[in-house]
Amino acid sequence: MKPTHVLKGIYALWYREFKVFLNEQSRILSAVFLPMFWYFIFGSGVGSITTTGINYQHFIFPGFLAMTIIFSSLFNGAYIVWDKKIDFLKEVLIAPLSRTTIFVGKVVGGMTDALIQAFILIIIGTVIGIPFTIVNTLYTVFILFIFTIGLVSLGLIIGSFLESPESFGLVSSFVVYPLFLLSGALYPLDTLPAWMKVLTRLDPATFAVDGLRNVILGISSMSLIHDLSVLIAFDISLILIGTWAFNRMKL
Amino acid sequence: MDNPIPAIEILGLKKTYGELSAVNEVHLSVGRGEIFGLLGPNGAGKTTLLMMLATLLKPTSGDARVNGYSIISQPSHVRQSIGMVFQDPSSDELLSGYENLKLHALMYDVQWKSIDHRINNVMRLVDLEHRKHDKVKTYSGGMRRRMEIARGLLHQPAVLFLDEPTLGLDPQTREHIWKYIESLARETGMTIVLTTHYMEEAEKLCQRVAIIDYGKIIALDTTQNLKNRLAGDVVTLRGKLLEIDALRGLPFVRKIELQDGRIQITIENAGKNLKSLLLAAGEIEEVQVRSSDLNDVFLHFTGKEIRETEGDTLEHIRVMTTAKQSR
Ligand SMILES: Nc1ncnc2c1ncn2[C@@H]1O[C@H](COP(=O)(O)OP(=O)(O)OP(=O)(O)O)[C@@H](O)[C@H]1O
Ligand SMILES: [Mg+2]
Repeated sequence: MKPTHVLKGIYALWYREFKVFLNEQSRILSAVFLPMFWYFIFGSGVGSITTTGINYQHFIFPGFLAMTIIFSSLFNGAYIVWDKKIDFLKEVLIAPLSRTTIFVGKVVGGMTDALIQAFILIIIGTVIGIPFTIVNTLYTVFILFIFTIGLVSLGLIIGSFLESPESFGLVSSFVVYPLFLLSGALYPLDTLPAWMKVLTRLDPATFAVDGLRNVILGISSMSLIHDLSVLIAFDISLILIGTWAFNRMKL
Repeated sequence: MDNPIPAIEILGLKKTYGELSAVNEVHLSVGRGEIFGLLGPNGAGKTTLLMMLATLLKPTSGDARVNGYSIISQPSHVRQSIGMVFQDPSSDELLSGYENLKLHALMYDVQWKSIDHRINNVMRLVDLEHRKHDKVKTYSGGMRRRMEIARGLLHQPAVLFLDEPTLGLDPQTREHIWKYIESLARETGMTIVLTTHYMEEAEKLCQRVAIIDYGKIIALDTTQNLKNRLAGDVVTLRGKLLEIDALRGLPFVRKIELQDGRIQITIENAGKNLKSLLLAAGEIEEVQVRSSDLNDVFLHFTGKEIRETEGDTLEHIRVMTTAKQSR
């Protein structure tokens, strides 16, 4: 296949994803405002009883940035089960594109949506006094970019196995919430009991949150290189599993 | 146009689901520029056959060549050569018709500069130019079907597959779509393979028809020849104590079938022979005479009525259930 055809194919899938995104303002709003809602409840409620050395609302902001990315990336990916349902997936799979091209196109599409939402949140963060500068915003976007690759892939993998959108609820209970709650988004990593520490280290979101806290607030448990290496390893494995899952996917 | 390779050559294709042979050793060849019909009742295996030809479903055994390419070893060439209009709608209704078509053009590597031009052309062909920027969810069923036919044409495929192009549409829309298919065939000379279980559809559009049932092709000929094989008139009788055996003995009687309280007799030349038939039949309460049509041909080959108005409910339920399971 010609390389230009591959690029056009990726663009095609991105184009569709983006058009749908623009049409679903309610989804965008809920994806941004749900984390903000949690953020203020937690920030003021729990913030009044804990001491993390710095303002608790600032402390958990990176976690909510990660939360937005986790929600929207995974759901965007898992949305492919909806394409199955409406038979649109047939139209895509019958096209002269390789499954790998289709996978990459879907990843790029899902990432775009997730990053736009994250960007809205960064703007809100600036308004409510999170210390964003041009430099740390670039770092933030970079970390989110790396993180979302693996997340969208994970969503796509799950979606490619799901049979019907009704099983969608499972995704949120068994993937989205554990990823979020074990990530240290809401609590510091250093003072945890040992078993809990192990669990948090199994969650890739932990490293994203730690990295974000590092670049935005200057506090972290691990070095940025460490965080990024784990996230990149997470991406690579999920891209590999994802292409495999897409190549075996039947209608 | 004088391409010696047939548009489609099916070499013993077979697809089994457990015990069930959905498509059973089909051999078939379709010439360039032909409009070919696959006619069969619900569950006959029509969609399964098309899905294999379109490389979306792996055959259990056998192979086929589409536009000269093997569906087993050259699937991406096959895909580039075909357009498919699926039985169920397969467009994204959150997008406009134009956006659905643009997406399609990109996936099929249509040159950037001709994308818009081609979209306008095919949308004009199906009379949807004025609605192209509306969301698909605002289209009627017939419009959506037309849009999907247009989409199938966009990359100028060598072969166009239409799976039940008019299923579930009202008679008026159906005739509209027939008109589009006819003009399409005339204007492009494209090979078209369509499946249907509407007799009139096959009769009106197709040059040749294969009757398929239980995954096997049980008759294959031009529509005219198929009808000639059973040429004659159909007499339906109702009455008490009809002399069936005596009727069987008459030289001009071709076929007798019993249907709840009635008998249906196919005879040669009713104008000449009806009188002798009625004399031999016994005590008659009701007589109907009509000339035979493709429906009788179908009944003859499959033992099943295919008429849309007399859909078999049980069969329908079976189909609905499999449709659900396949999701
Ligand atoms: N995924 C599947 N698993 C099991 N059986 C299947 C599957 N797909 C189709 N079948 C069976 O194969 C047979 C042929 O189905 P197919 O859909 O090809 O029929 P069809 O001729 O297109 O019917 P219709 O007119 O209802 O569209 C049916 O008996 C159906 O139940
Ligand atoms: Mg079918």
